[in-house]
Amino acid sequence: MSIDMAQFHQVFFEESFEGLDAMESGLLNLDMGDVDVDEINTIFRAAHSIKGGSGTFGFTAVSDFTHVMETLLDEMRDGRRQITQVAVDVLLGSVDCLREMLHAIQDGGAINQQSVGLHKLALDRELNQIPVAESANSQVVSVHSSAVQTEQQIAGWSIAFSPHLHLLKTGNEPLRMFRELATLGTLSVTADLQGLPDLYQLDPEECHLSWKLALQGNVPVNEIDDIFDWVEEDCDLAKQAIFTSVDTPSSAAPAIVNEATAAKMPVDEVESTAPDSVVAVKESKKDEQKAAAKGSSSIRVDTSKIDTLINMVGELVITQSMLSLIGEHFELGKLDQLKNGLSQLERHTRELQESVMNIRMLPISFVFSRFPRLAHDISSKLGKKIDLKLVGEHTEVDKTVVELLSDPLVHLVRNSLDHGIEMPDVRLAAGKPETGTVTLEAYHRGGNIVIEVSDDGKGLDKDKLRAKAIEKGLIETDTILTDKQTYELIFMPGFSTAEKLTDISGRGVGMDVVRRNIQSLGGNIEIISTLGKGSTIAIHLPLTLAILDGQSVAVGDETYIVPLGAIIESLNIKEERVNRVVGKGETFLLRGQYLPIVRMHEIFNVTSVKHTKLTEGLLVVVEGQGVRCGLFVDDLLGQQQVVIKSLEANYRRVEGVSGATILGDGSVALILDIPGLVRLANQ
Amino acid sequence: MSQNDEMKDTEQAEKRVLADQSQFLSFTLGTEEYGVDILRVQEIRSWEPVSRIPNVPHYEKGVVNLRGSIVPIIDLRERFDLGRSQYTPLTVVVVLQARIGEKSRVMGVVVDAVSDVIDVDKKSIQSSPNFGAKVSTEFINGLVSINQRMVMLLDVDKLLKLDGVDSLMGMNDDDEN
Repeated sequence: MSIDMAQFHQVFFEESFEGLDAMESGLLNLDMGDVDVDEINTIFRAAHSIKGGSGTFGFTAVSDFTHVMETLLDEMRDGRRQITQVAVDVLLGSVDCLREMLHAIQDGGAINQQSVGLHKLALDRELNQIPVAESANSQVVSVHSSAVQTEQQIAGWSIAFSPHLHLLKTGNEPLRMFRELATLGTLSVTADLQGLPDLYQLDPEECHLSWKLALQGNVPVNEIDDIFDWVEEDCDLAKQAIFTSVDTPSSAAPAIVNEATAAKMPVDEVESTAPDSVVAVKESKKDEQKAAAKGSSSIRVDTSKIDTLINMVGELVITQSMLSLIGEHFELGKLDQLKNGLSQLERHTRELQESVMNIRMLPISFVFSRFPRLAHDISSKLGKKIDLKLVGEHTEVDKTVVELLSDPLVHLVRNSLDHGIEMPDVRLAAGKPETGTVTLEAYHRGGNIVIEVSDDGKGLDKDKLRAKAIEKGLIETDTILTDKQTYELIFMPGFSTAEKLTDISGRGVGMDVVRRNIQSLGGNIEIISTLGKGSTIAIHLPLTLAILDGQSVAVGDETYIVPLGAIIESLNIKEERVNRVVGKGETFLLRGQYLPIVRMHEIFNVTSVKHTKLTEGLLVVVEGQGVRCGLFVDDLLGQQQVVIKSLEANYRRVEGVSGATILGDGSVALILDIPGLVRLANQ
Repeated sequence: MSQNDEMKDTEQAEKRVLADQSQFLSFTLGTEEYGVDILRVQEIRSWEPVSRIPNVPHYEKGVVNLRGSIVPIIDLRERFDLGRSQYTPLTVVVVLQARIGEKSRVMGVVVDAVSDVIDVDKKSIQSSPNFGAKVSTEFINGLVSINQRMVMLLDVDKLLKLDGVDSLMGMNDDDEN
């Protein structure tokens, strides 16, 4: 039977990219002084899976390349090689190279042989260096070398392999593994039939057998580990090395046995591998969890979330049938029943909606995770010392937001790293710690998610910004700007204050794009900065793009939805508080602040309006992008969650309107875009 | 010649005829008769109240909910300056699909009445006469005569290219650069 392997390619690529991400973050987390074995294991495991997968699918270029990386990592894992910054950088480069290779294969393109060759060369060079620095104490060297020698004199292995019942269902076939083992040395296998149930109770898909394997030959432990790698979680495995004994015809040199240390070492090694593998299993589970939290074009959903959904749908169906039963023979006496049913229906719908939305939520770490690498690369390139802090990575955001957020964020973080943080000597001179800190923070506030990129660098220079803007002709020399407006100059197209361009940033293309991207997501962006102390750029985004809490308002016969988040308050208008400003229309005095009044019926040309006298209608005070105004409407109708539908799909963008929604009666209501309305009113 | 071949021949002949022929849905606006390519017609609905869109040309009546998507409605009478008509439940909305660039777009047009599905031989389509600047013929693809009546065949893509929609988008693009 032949299986079309191509159908698994997508899964392989997804898993490989996840593995690469894991390797990358693992490598960045490596602390040169105090190396965490778990971390290296994670990296090794990821490399190993990619090697295995690519081998299976016949991507030999990838598997060959990964093999070299794996060898290097393996030596690091075993402590045979010291971990140096150079080695880590080489590995990071190789991760990038590998990613490119995989992308090339995925897109059906050609692999960049030159870059692969270069990276391979670098890896080989690293590999061929004397594993442990000679300057390290000689004892380490001697212990190490004896370990190598002892490995050589293993005469064989006795392995007890008892798979769990479900082993076969995981797609693993013991026979194949044994065959593989047999290639390493002379293998004799004894099956243990004790666990075998009666024929009547036997489920042929379960594995009741366990085996005792005796492998003769000088086989290094990692080769055996490799074979059992895939089943580690699905079996109990015990292996013990057999040392050259009289009755074992072995190729291992018995001559070395008489070295005293030799006999002890392997035992140690066997013992130490046991806990090691436990750690490794844990690690791979962690990986899976991480993987579950990530996702590219597809989302992995927790089965429990789906179970909840199914339950909810079940409830909904029950309610629906109850309601239709009432409807069939309706009489007034059943009114209470009907009301009950309807409120039940409402509750279930809301719950269903919440759980569906929940599925779309991803942790922001999906975006944040790429920044440690960025910080690492940029800081080493610029010779700056930078500490990147990530806060609130578990904050959940809608998938669309996550995807669209990453580019603007990369831009902002780059700016902070490149322009914000000063060189170490400048920092020291300014009395600041040598290492600059860039903080990425995400948190919920109200119906919004706030993402802040802050640095303790030099901050924005207002005078410089102003001078630059005048030079570029963006503002007049006598234009009066508030601090906030001055900072917002950096969002103007073509604006850059960097003295020299770098390949990282400074071309002045970008901040305007960043702001537009954020605005297209329905969010806004603001800057807080103190010269010499650093700056913070805060992005406010709606939690989800698809659903909005809205307040419906009536203007004549029309119903409009005002985003609830934009509303500050609604109030009756008292004549004495209304002031008329020449040329600028009406203002309303609210707690000492003059708010411009926007008459909805005028700017939307509603002819069916009920109230034209301000005192008869209501004023809804709204705020959008820092601008407050009062919308004059006929009446407030009610609050409800509305599903946002695009007007642009079949129509066009309408000034003052951000979208449309379908009301309970099937009619369409427009959702107001507050900043747009303010603009419209000012025209 | 076997029966099989004969069948093939007739099929081919039919295909040839089909390639030369196309079907149009004809409808009336006042006393004039128009036709649109039937493959562009998604459905025919009766008039229902629309939600008005502020600050748009008068012929863009508003938007309706068409099974969950928001679809704009255009009054063709007003579009062609044929005067206004009263909307009754018998007023017909023809929902058309247009392709503008890469995007496909759905819109409803209000017409007085739908009359017929007509088969038109492509060769019999005459190009629209030039009236100079007096009468805009930009939406008209051609004229065809059916039973002594003249039917104007409309170009759906041009018809649904709303004034301002695409030029407005273009403007925004310019802003972005």
